[in-house]
Amino acid sequence: MGDGIGGAAFRVIRRGILLAPLWAWLLMLVAAPVLILGVMAFATPSDGVPPFTLGLRFAAFAMLVEDFYYAEALLAALRLAATTAGLCLLIAYPMALGMAGVRPAWRLPLLALLMLPFWTGFLLRLGAWIGLLRDEGLVNHLLRGLGITDEPLALLYTEGAMLAGMVHAYLPFAVLPLFTALIRLDPALLEAAADLGARPARLFFSVTLPLALPAAAAGFLLVFIPAAGEFVIPELLGPPEAQVIGRVLWQEFFQNRDWPLAAALALALLALLILPIRWFQRLGAGV
Amino acid sequence: MTRRLFAFLALLLLPCLAAAQDRVVNVYNWSDYIDPYVVQRFTRETGIRVRYDVYDSLETLEGKLSAGRSGYDIIVPTSEPSFARLLRAGALSPIDRARIPNWRNLDPTLMARVAEIDPGNRHGAIYLWGTVGLGLRLDRIKAIAPDLALDGFDVLLKPENAARLARCGIMVMDSPTDVLPSVLRWAGRDPNAHSLEDLRVAEQALMGIRRHVRAVLPSGSILDALANGEACVALTYSGDVIQAQARAKEAGRGVEIGYVAPRQGAQLWFDMLAIPADAPNKDAAYDFINFLLRPDVMAGITNHVRYPNAVPASLSAVDAAVREDRNVYPDEAMLAASFVASTPPRDIERARSRLWSRFKAGR
Repeated sequence: MGDGIGGAAFRVIRRGILLAPLWAWLLMLVAAPVLILGVMAFATPSDGVPPFTLGLRFAAFAMLVEDFYYAEALLAALRLAATTAGLCLLIAYPMALGMAGVRPAWRLPLLALLMLPFWTGFLLRLGAWIGLLRDEGLVNHLLRGLGITDEPLALLYTEGAMLAGMVHAYLPFAVLPLFTALIRLDPALLEAAADLGARPARLFFSVTLPLALPAAAAGFLLVFIPAAGEFVIPELLGPPEAQVIGRVLWQEFFQNRDWPLAAALALALLALLILPIRWFQRLGAGV
Repeated sequence: MTRRLFAFLALLLLPCLAAAQDRVVNVYNWSDYIDPYVVQRFTRETGIRVRYDVYDSLETLEGKLSAGRSGYDIIVPTSEPSFARLLRAGALSPIDRARIPNWRNLDPTLMARVAEIDPGNRHGAIYLWGTVGLGLRLDRIKAIAPDLALDGFDVLLKPENAARLARCGIMVMDSPTDVLPSVLRWAGRDPNAHSLEDLRVAEQALMGIRRHVRAVLPSGSILDALANGEACVALTYSGDVIQAQARAKEAGRGVEIGYVAPRQGAQLWFDMLAIPADAPNKDAAYDFINFLLRPDVMAGITNHVRYPNAVPASLSAVDAAVREDRNVYPDEAMLAASFVASTPPRDIERARSRLWSRFKAGR
């Protein structure tokens, strides 16, 4: 086998079978939901079950453009996502460097330690942050016990609390791709550079950093994309003024029961996220 | 967190009690809003198994019902906005009173107030009710502002007062329908006039204190915050404050909570026992409502959750401390001054929710 028309057909069929789960996934969990959102975005909100009537109405999209509230929420979400992803990269880079630098026998235990907190539920970990940061919480007790403050500091429901929660939740997504790239780095390249007289700082900036750039971009995006739509962390830890798109979506869907507007908003977020993904593809191809 | 824990424990207990019975009723109620013993008793007496599920915001309840086929037989939406909205959406089943002999136990004056929303009371019976007011952490407020008169919404809505109390935590429940009417009443406006000008008045009042507000949270989280001593002033439901008060006392860490209803007249709300139009076990739902409306059962619930009920015959079995607490059972004068919020037209509703977003965002 392997030659002639029969062989080619066989390869096509085999590839089809191998790709079938991927296609099923894309159709059911990507295309179908987007299609449903698309239909819903043009519907008219009404009192009923479900709370809209189908139609072809552009009011939801018009509202997104007319009312700056939505643009501001989108911007706030992108800003939060970029800050989170940036902080994650800053923390993840030394972590990944360290993990890649140890003897191979140590790598797996370190990896396990990185993942260990994620065996506890997401909400439980956020609950722990609330326990730490509230007025009567651990941090404030400690500060008062040490005589640093007499009044409890307002830590919970602040930008800082929200960022801490975000970075905590998304950090592994930044560490893992960097770690994988850094352990694959050819030591011969570093040795060659060192032989040519490069000092450690130069080694890092001229060899390690550029070679791991696609991985850093992947880590950034793996954090950025889910962080842009995040609802729970700003809701539980953030200040009321952190009206990111996730919270606004929730409000439109549940509080205002304007499902068409919520759908239009979700589509707008999706469209906005396509840009950074394209940027990443270019970066990946360029290096 | 404790609330969820209780709800979770209750859920764990239920299946052990009622195994291998085929009649079932699916109940969807507010978290920590029933005497768990009542549910056990119902199963023991009727043989109907109860699948008990809880929500902590009306949005969650309405979200599930709006999608259709929720599978619940009993829901407990608040009169305004959820009960009224579900009614308009045709999502509630009319109730056959012949199937609920204990319906006659319901207080006709209170039912008449709900009839403003549900003409003829055809779709729901009052489960529990209450007012909207302020939960105050008295020990801290006395220390920070000993001269402050704690007798109404001035404590929160006068910016100079809010500024003084901001340090120890001001919280407002995340519900425009429960907050704006009281704010309008405080400002001397008719909470049910539904005009854009009134909304501007309410917005001005809220924006005046916005920078002193630490958090805008669902009522369940506010209850926790009050009980833990995190909140000094919290605009929320009466019963939640009274539960927080009891919990803070139990914890014994010196947190002292009090409740203040607005002097100008409090917003009344009613949590309604209702049956979704597509409920799979309507017969069992009738039996469950009938059981809850028994005076002895209702008394047990009120004793446990400290919200007043609408079954006057239950009062003799309600603990004197609860029955005589004017914050639980308002007196005649307070009831006469109280009001029930009505549903605004759709455009006002949108303006109102936009106002609320601006208030939360602080701009």
